[in-house]
Amino acid sequence: MTPSDTAARPSLTLGPVLFNWSPEAWRDFHYRVADEAPVERVCVGEVVCSKRLPFYQDDIPGVIERLQRGGKAVILSSLALPTLVRERNMIKDLVAMPGVLVEANDVSAFPQLAGRPHAISPLINVYNEGTLAFMEKQGAVHVCLPPELPLTAMAPLAAKATTATIEAWAFGRAPLAISARCYHARVHGVSKDSCQFVCNKDPDGLEVDTLEGRRFLSVNGVQTLSDGVVNLIGDLDAVTACGVSSFRLSPHTCDMVAVAQAFRDVLDGTITGAEGEARIAALMPGVTFANGFLHGKPGHQRIALAG
Amino acid sequence: MTPTLAAHKPSAASAAAWTPKGKLELVCPAGTPAAMRAAIEAGADSVYCGFADDTNARNFPGLNFSPAEMAEGIAYAHKRGVKVLIAVNTFPRAGEPAAWHRAIDTIAQCGGDAAIVADIGLLDYASEKHPNLRLHLSVQAAAANPEAIGFYIERFGVKRVVLPRVLTVSEIATLNKEIACETEVFVFGGLCVMAEGRCSLSSYVTGCSPNMNGVCSPPSHVAYSQENGNFVSRLGEFMINTVPGGQPMPYPTLCKGRFTANGETSHIFEDPASLDASLLIPPLAEAGVTALKIEGRQRSRSYTDAVVRALRGALDQHARGLPINARALMALSEGATTTRGAYQKTWR
Repeated sequence: MTPSDTAARPSLTLGPVLFNWSPEAWRDFHYRVADEAPVERVCVGEVVCSKRLPFYQDDIPGVIERLQRGGKAVILSSLALPTLVRERNMIKDLVAMPGVLVEANDVSAFPQLAGRPHAISPLINVYNEGTLAFMEKQGAVHVCLPPELPLTAMAPLAAKATTATIEAWAFGRAPLAISARCYHARVHGVSKDSCQFVCNKDPDGLEVDTLEGRRFLSVNGVQTLSDGVVNLIGDLDAVTACGVSSFRLSPHTCDMVAVAQAFRDVLDGTITGAEGEARIAALMPGVTFANGFLHGKPGHQRIALAG
Repeated sequence: MTPTLAAHKPSAASAAAWTPKGKLELVCPAGTPAAMRAAIEAGADSVYCGFADDTNARNFPGLNFSPAEMAEGIAYAHKRGVKVLIAVNTFPRAGEPAAWHRAIDTIAQCGGDAAIVADIGLLDYASEKHPNLRLHLSVQAAAANPEAIGFYIERFGVKRVVLPRVLTVSEIATLNKEIACETEVFVFGGLCVMAEGRCSLSSYVTGCSPNMNGVCSPPSHVAYSQENGNFVSRLGEFMINTVPGGQPMPYPTLCKGRFTANGETSHIFEDPASLDASLLIPPLAEAGVTALKIEGRQRSRSYTDAVVRALRGALDQHARGLPINARALMALSEGATTTRGAYQKTWR
C-alpha cells in the first residue's frame, strides 16, 4: 500500500494507552474500541513503565483478538526506555507474536525489527527524509512523526515517503520527554523502586502548574507530557493536503469513541473542522487545546482556524 | 519483500586504537576559538566544538566556528597533540539537509578527528560518503543499552558513544562489557534530567527545540522582573521560578524551575544543580569508560580554563593513584550545589 493509495481516505490510529489505568478500565476501553470506534489501527502495549505491565498482561491476548474481530489492525508497542535486562528482552516477546505489527518506541528495538515490516512511533526521531529513507529500508511501513514537527517538515517527509504511511500526532496530550527519573514517585516522596504505583491516581497525567497557577505540563511516571491537549481536528484539511495519510489519537479518559467519530466525520467531509472542534470541546470541558507545533509556534499555543 | 541491509564495513584507517589503554581521555568544551586554545593550554586531551549554525546543539549567538576557523583550530590542536571532535548533533531539517551534509563534508575535508552525530539519516550519509571519518554517537541519540548502541555500531560503524545521563556507574560497567565501542560520559557541568534528544519541553514553551534548533530554554525567550519584592523568571509565557529579592536567581532552564503538583511546590523535575562526578573518576575508570566529557560550550573562556585545569588535576591525581580533591571544582558549579545525577541510583 503506497501513500497515494491511502490518500483518498485518511486513516485513524488509536495510540497506546500511555497512563496507568486499572486492568479493568484498560480492558473494557479496548473492548469498546474494538466494537465501536471508527479507527483502522489500535496500538496495544506498555510504553512508559515496565512495572505496570504485569497488571494487564493477561488481558492482552483477549484484547488483541477482540480488536481483530472488530476489523482493527493491531500494533504492539514497545517500551520507550528499556534499561533492565528484563525490559530489553520484552521486544523479543513482541516480535514473536503472529499477525501483528510491532511499533518501535526506542532504537534498541531495531535489531529485532530490521528486515521485517514494522511501525515507528512518535518517540523515535524521524525529522528528515534521510532518516525516513533509512527506516523504510529497514522495513518501516508506518511512521508516526514526532509531535513537535511542524507542517513545513511533514510536507517534504510525506512527499518523500515511498513505502511507509505517514502519520501525524492529532489528538491527546503530547509526549514531550522521557527520563530515568520517575516524577510521580518524586512528587509523592517515594522511591522509584518502591513507588506503590502512585501514577494510577492520575489516569490522564498529574497536572504540573506554574507558581502563578497556570496549567503547564503533566507527568506520567517517567514521562512528561503537555498540559494542553493537542487537537488537530481543525487542521485536517491542511495536513492531509500535504500528504499525511493517517492520524494518531492518544487515549484519554474522555469518550475516545466519540473523539474518533468526530475525526472520522471531518475526514469524510460530513462535518466541518469547526464543527469537529466544537464536538471535541464539548467532550472535554475545561481542557486547553493546542496545535502550536503544527504551525511552527510554541507547542502550547492554539492557532485558531482561518476564517 | 525483505530489504537487505548492508552492515558497516570498518576501514583500516579508523580501526587503530585511538586512546592509549588505561588512560582516561579528557574531552573539553570549545565554544569559541579562544575557548579552544584555553582548553588546550589547560590540559585537554580532546576538544569538541561545532559550526556557527543550527547544525549543532549549542547554537547560541557569538558561539561556534566558521569553516575557516575550524580548519585553523584543528591545525592548532593537532600541533599540540590534541584531537578535535566536531558536533553535528541536531536533526537535519526536512527538505533542507544540505547544511548538515556540508558540515559533515567540511569535517572530513579539514581533518577533524571525529564527527559527533545523533540523527540516523545523517549517520547514514556520513558513513556512506566518508567511510574513513570517525563517528561518535552524540548524547542526543540517547543510546542507553547494548541493543541500541549495537545498532549504531553495526549500521554506521560508530567508534564511541556519548552515554545519556540516565545510567548508574554500575550499569555503565555492565554496558561496557556488552558493547564493541568506546564510551564517553559527562563528568562536569550542566545536567539534562530528561533523556537527551528525546525532549520537546523547550519547543512546547518557546517554539525552539534542542533537536531542531540546537537550543534549550533560549535566552531570547527569557524575561526577568520584580514582582511584590520578589525576583521572577519567565520562559516564554510561563513563570519558571521566583526568589526573594536579593537572592541569586538560577537561569530559567525550564526543567529546573519550581512548579506545583499535587498541592506541593517544588523543583519537580530537577534542582538547579549542576553535575559534578569528579569524585566518581576512579569508579568510572574502573567501569571501562574511555573518555570524560566536560559540558559547557556556552561558558566563558575563563570558566573553560578553570574547569579544565581542575579536572586535568583530578585525572592526573587519579593516574598517580592519589585521591581526588573534591574542593577544586566546587566553586565552579552554577548555583553552588552539585549532584552526581543518575550515576547514583537514588537520583531516580
